Amino acid sequence: MIELVKSILPAPSKVSALVRALRSFALLRESGVGMVGAGLVLFWVIVALFAPVIAPFEPNAQLLPMAKPGTAFPGGATFWLGADQLGRDILSRIIWGSRTVLFFAPLATLCAYTVGIIMGLAAGYYRGKLDEFLSFVANAILSFPVLVLYVLVISTIGPSGINIVIAITFASAPGIMRIVRGLVLDLRNRDYVAAAQTRGESSWYIMLVEILPNARGPLIVDACLRLGYVVITIGVLGFLGLGLPPPDPDWGGMVNFARPLAIVFPHMTVFPCIAISSLILGFNLLADGLREISLRD
Amino acid sequence: MLFFVIRRFGNMALIMVLVSLAVFLLLELTPGSVATKVLGPYSSEEQRRLWLEAHGYMEPLWTRYGSWLVNFVQGEFGQSIRFKVPVSDVLWPRLWNTTILGFWTFAIMIPVSLTLGVLAGMREGGLLDRAISQISVITTSIPEFASAVLFSSIFVFGLKWLPGTSTMSDGFDPLQLLLPVMVLVVYDFGYVTRMTRASMAEVMTTPYIRTAVLKGLPYRRVILRHALRNALIAPFTIIMLQINWLLSGVIVVEFAFAYKGFGALLLEAALNQDIYVIEACAMVAVFVAAATQTLADIGYTYLNPRIRFK
Repeated sequence: MIELVKSILPAPSKVSALVRALRSFALLRESGVGMVGAGLVLFWVIVALFAPVIAPFEPNAQLLPMAKPGTAFPGGATFWLGADQLGRDILSRIIWGSRTVLFFAPLATLCAYTVGIIMGLAAGYYRGKLDEFLSFVANAILSFPVLVLYVLVISTIGPSGINIVIAITFASAPGIMRIVRGLVLDLRNRDYVAAAQTRGESSWYIMLVEILPNARGPLIVDACLRLGYVVITIGVLGFLGLGLPPPDPDWGGMVNFARPLAIVFPHMTVFPCIAISSLILGFNLLADGLREISLRD
Repeated sequence: MLFFVIRRFGNMALIMVLVSLAVFLLLELTPGSVATKVLGPYSSEEQRRLWLEAHGYMEPLWTRYGSWLVNFVQGEFGQSIRFKVPVSDVLWPRLWNTTILGFWTFAIMIPVSLTLGVLAGMREGGLLDRAISQISVITTSIPEFASAVLFSSIFVFGLKWLPGTSTMSDGFDPLQLLLPVMVLVVYDFGYVTRMTRASMAEVMTTPYIRTAVLKGLPYRRVILRHALRNALIAPFTIIMLQINWLLSGVIVVEFAFAYKGFGALLLEAALNQDIYVIEACAMVAVFVAAATQTLADIGYTYLNPRIRFK
């Protein structure tokens, strides 16, 4: 009997998850705004990947202090965007700085999502006292201005990459939890969840395998927006002097470092600002495009 | 209604206790480092120990927290280590400065974003709508510190129209307020505009607007008398919650322009582990958050009588 059923039903398509992801990503072509965003993000990803090849100078090499944009260096290369007060090439530092931000921003977002999704799944699925407790904690954290939270945490535990990731996770996870919780409250009454419960699957299996994949749409859009915010946060912390410790290049830190001289040499601060704004714009436009497509079907 | 407000403020008090305790515990992660901040990195071990003892840091955490809590409830915020004056002497003037900054930011942002949002939402997908939407995405993508730098290089260093800092050292100068307000408005208006647009676009699709148009009312009248009333309910909540967001924004802007306000105070206190100033600032932040949220909810029920408190 089972053999018969198997022979009649078409075999489930064995298209890998990667191909499916790429296919849904190709839908982005239909949104002009989304394509611009994807282009901007892709540009910075490529710059970050090929930083050692593209950058004309070593990012921390102290060569020609206060060089104006376009100054030629005796070695043959040019300071296209000038140099800072220690003589480090701004263009090279922006290029290497993209590595910093494109490493820490996705990492922090991923950590925040892991924590937020687990909290949201548990609160939405178990409900009851656990939900009340988690929602109260989330509301307490969210009622606090985020940047105040970052400043307090980072200035106490000290500025470093891992601490920034911890602070961002702590401040963003409650927001993600709220979204996931809302989605789970809707999805937990579906038939396929009831079917899984009847099969006797464990709670976490149901949450992670049955519910979570069906909640992915809104979460992907939110993740894109959140990546933009995290890039802003990392930039702002650098600007306030709470970012990654020097000398490694970090866009916000570059602005903070050159700020006292901005009145004479605006190029030192303006170019990193343009770089960070373009990356954030990329994430925001990408999120807009994805939302546009997800609303269409 | 009264019960609702009392419950909200009870909730706020609970959060205040939790947050203040969290701040105490957070600063406990690096015990004694406050002495190094005050006495400098070249102070001896003995000097630091004496300073800590003289300022009561050797007491157990619970004793210190308890006495702070009792004093705070009585309106006594403690002594600032950094500024060497009572916390309230430095907190209230700073808060007043930030209120001025916030007032002008909202006075400009609200009319601009509501007008743009309504114009965009009137004809969803039209040329004006797309233009306004793109502009607001771009402006919200420029972090405050970046627009502070960009505006400074244009208006301060390039055109030399405006002063580059806003210290207000020679009395209040409205010209010095211009750049900070501009930066805050540019970063914030996009979000409110988008929310207003979404609300307006939704109202425009409702049957009662279609009826108003079909019965031959002039388009102006449909928009001004029929659509706006309902379209502006959602933005009201958004704007109230923006006040809370502003507390984050002022940290960057006040630091960038050396404006002596609440944000700069909090940053300085945090960097110097000035615990009583940090606590006072944190309590202000929680209060503002709770108060704006409650006002938003109460205002919402007045604007939209279909919603009632349970």
